[in-house]
Amino acid sequence: MDSTPDIKKEINLYIKVFGTLAVLTVLTVAAAYLDVGIGLAVIIAMIIATTKGSLVASFFMHLAHEKKLIYLMLVITLVFLLSLFFITFGTIGDQVGVEIVPEGVSSGVH
Amino acid sequence: MEVPYTVKPRPDTGLYNAKIGVWLFLASEVMLFGALFSSYILLRMGASTWYVGSEKLSVPIGTFNTMVLIVSSVTVVMSWAALRMNDLKKYKMYMGLTILLGLVFLLVKVLFEYIPKIEHHDVPSTHNFYAIYFVLTGLHAIHVIGGLVLNAYLWGPGAKMWETEPERFTNRIEVAGLYWHFVDIVWIFLFPTIYLL
Amino acid sequence: MTNHHHEEPFWRKYIFSVDHKVIGIQYAVTALVFLLFGFCLMLIMRWNLAYPEEAVPIVGKLLSEEGMLTPDGYNSFGAMHGTIMVFLGVVPLAVGGFGNYVLPLQVGAPDMAFPKINMASYWSFFVGGVCMLASFFMPQGTASSGWTMYAPLSVIATTGETMWLIGMVFLITSSLLGSVNFIVTVIQLRANGLTWMRLPFFVWTQFVTAFLLLLAFPPLEAAAFFQLMDRIAGTSFFLPSGLYVGGEVLNVAGGGTPLLWQHLFWFLAHPEVYVLILPAMGIVAEVLANNSRKPLWGYRSMVYSIIFLGFMSFVVWAHHMFLTGMGTTMAAFFQTTTMIISIPSVIILSALFISLWGGSIRFTTPMLFALGFLPMFGIGGLTGLPLGLASADIHLHDTYYVIGHFHYVVAPGTIFALFAGIYYWFPKVTGKRMNEVLGKTHFFGSFICMNGVFMPMFIQGLAGVSRRLYDGGTTYLHAQPVLQWNEFMTMAALGLAFFQIFFIVNLILSLAKGEKVSSNVWDATTLEWAAAPSPPLPHVNFEKVPDVYHGPYEYSTNGGGNGQPDFIPQNEESKG
Repeated sequence: MDSTPDIKKEINLYIKVFGTLAVLTVLTVAAAYLDVGIGLAVIIAMIIATTKGSLVASFFMHLAHEKKLIYLMLVITLVFLLSLFFITFGTIGDQVGVEIVPEGVSSGVH
Repeated sequence: MEVPYTVKPRPDTGLYNAKIGVWLFLASEVMLFGALFSSYILLRMGASTWYVGSEKLSVPIGTFNTMVLIVSSVTVVMSWAALRMNDLKKYKMYMGLTILLGLVFLLVKVLFEYIPKIEHHDVPSTHNFYAIYFVLTGLHAIHVIGGLVLNAYLWGPGAKMWETEPERFTNRIEVAGLYWHFVDIVWIFLFPTIYLL
Repeated sequence: MTNHHHEEPFWRKYIFSVDHKVIGIQYAVTALVFLLFGFCLMLIMRWNLAYPEEAVPIVGKLLSEEGMLTPDGYNSFGAMHGTIMVFLGVVPLAVGGFGNYVLPLQVGAPDMAFPKINMASYWSFFVGGVCMLASFFMPQGTASSGWTMYAPLSVIATTGETMWLIGMVFLITSSLLGSVNFIVTVIQLRANGLTWMRLPFFVWTQFVTAFLLLLAFPPLEAAAFFQLMDRIAGTSFFLPSGLYVGGEVLNVAGGGTPLLWQHLFWFLAHPEVYVLILPAMGIVAEVLANNSRKPLWGYRSMVYSIIFLGFMSFVVWAHHMFLTGMGTTMAAFFQTTTMIISIPSVIILSALFISLWGGSIRFTTPMLFALGFLPMFGIGGLTGLPLGLASADIHLHDTYYVIGHFHYVVAPGTIFALFAGIYYWFPKVTGKRMNEVLGKTHFFGSFICMNGVFMPMFIQGLAGVSRRLYDGGTTYLHAQPVLQWNEFMTMAALGLAFFQIFFIVNLILSLAKGEKVSSNVWDATTLEWAAAPSPPLPHVNFEKVPDVYHGPYEYSTNGGGNGQPDFIPQNEESKG
């Protein structure tokens, strides 16, 4: 088992991270009331969510000091996840004779 | 000869088996929820009508549940830290809190979100907004239940292992905690996506 | 947990065992039974294609009053043949069977990293298989929307698709549990001295395969869930608005898209086909090196190729969807990635061919099957190229050309490799060898008949005969010149069935009274042969944990002659 002062330092860190997460959660909700277009709203929300997720991953899940092997596996997963997202959207967006329309506007064939 | 590196890490990788195992499992869960999220985006982009999240869902309840899960993430990592300091009593307290908070999350969701929706006939078959809402949050809730079952076992009968193999038990709590944090991270992304955007 | 000195009860030893060897055999036997069943479904379909007016012999009464296969029955059999062969036959045998049995032995481990999870993965597969078969007993009949289960047909079909989807959830769970086990075992349980570049190629293929299963299956699980909801909860994930069914607009909320199913399905199903071929390449590599008594040529290139292949397999999936209205940009993207992915396959196939050069070839039964694999996989791979080119695919998509292409890769491809593996590792599992005369008959007969069944499919496909047609194209004008091949292919299929009898008889006879052989009957270098008895010790495998001093294919590298063996086992300390 590790020495107690090290653990106590870690515990302090957890409390600090929790505080940050609480603040970011408030920000998440506040940002939703900003008067911006859907595109920018998505970007802001995702930046905040990614920050929160990264904090949980880095400090609660100890990823910040994890071994290279774990990083490698996660990076590979991320690459495939992003391919699933972006290539699929690309395919839908590139469809012959079909356009993606924003909500509220009546579309043609879909 | 039994399977090596179940407790002590393997020198060249620096990891014990279950830690790699759980990260691999989480990688597959990332692909699962990633597929669900990308389906959400595709369905929303392709739908002729969609609802604004905050009109159909309660932002205060969603925010409350977000905080509940974040606090439970803190308590579960504290439970692991307690074991590292050889304090079984503190471990039980923190793990117990984690389980309690998880139950609160589920109860709030079922009592104040699902049931009112069903009574209102806002159900999956009426619009894809509700369909994807119920599927995304429902699958997430199933993962919460799974975590609760696991944590309850490790709080109760599973804790006997502390007496015979304390290091192996501590590793189990670390692994269970990693899963629980992942469930929290999924909600951190779910909440703004469905409730706020 | 120390060795059990007391005997385990029967149900712990053989039913709910955590020993990877028992689990491997369970997977293999279950998979072989499913393979046989799927094969029989195909025979009935082929009979119907060649002789549509004649009752099917033996089982005709089960199909319909007149004894012929009905059109709905044909669709069901087609869907279940594909499903059973891919998900219940080939993958469980190649990965669950061979992977489970051989991999821990080849890395020098006493078992898989998580033995209990291993057991759970087999039983999850078993339950999934039962669900899939249960669809045959559903009131309206078995699943009949193809193994690809495209929406909206699969959603509105009244047949057993729901059981198919539930079965699929169990199968995916099984796969997930298994792949975590394989990856952790290779990373963590390698013996002392067994570095990554000393791993047998078979281990590399299983390792990459496990990653494919781990990361590609979850989107299909999501999709299966969506389709289940569409079928039983009335949702419209895959149903567009205003869909006409039987002259009426379907009464659902709409707003979904069938393309979502296709994307999620093929995101898995493309890596799935690499799951079908990678273990086969691994088995062929082992058998070729061993039976040519020289090292594999280009081991390092093969390893890099297999890793690159694994990566690329995730970004080619929509070459199955060229005809869904995709624009030219995305079609070009997928066409490019598909062409690129052929490169590592070619490297691996070439390396295997070149490995034979200058070898001292032993034409044992496993070697014959491994040699047979090479040109057959070559044909399968080459015929894939026009399909990967978007413009040629316009003509060939959904024709018999596609069926010919993928069957060449899987049937005289993977399944030949699996036969090679059975003949090769049977002595390790049982301590006896299989009969060579029966084995060679099995090989030559199967080789000829396989080509007889599948080569004419290219001819029919190029003529434009569509797949999944109950009557094999008789109502189409453009199919008339090539219809005569139907009878030829059915004869070849029946011949293929005949020659499998030699294999089944061989298995049973050899189990009962096969020739007893030493623990390293093939004079092989890898740990399962060199360091473990035949069969390996229950639960621990090795009498003494092996240390590794060499690469996996030290054949004829010590000069040989002078009565010295012409190979150096991996666990032998001598200089080589």
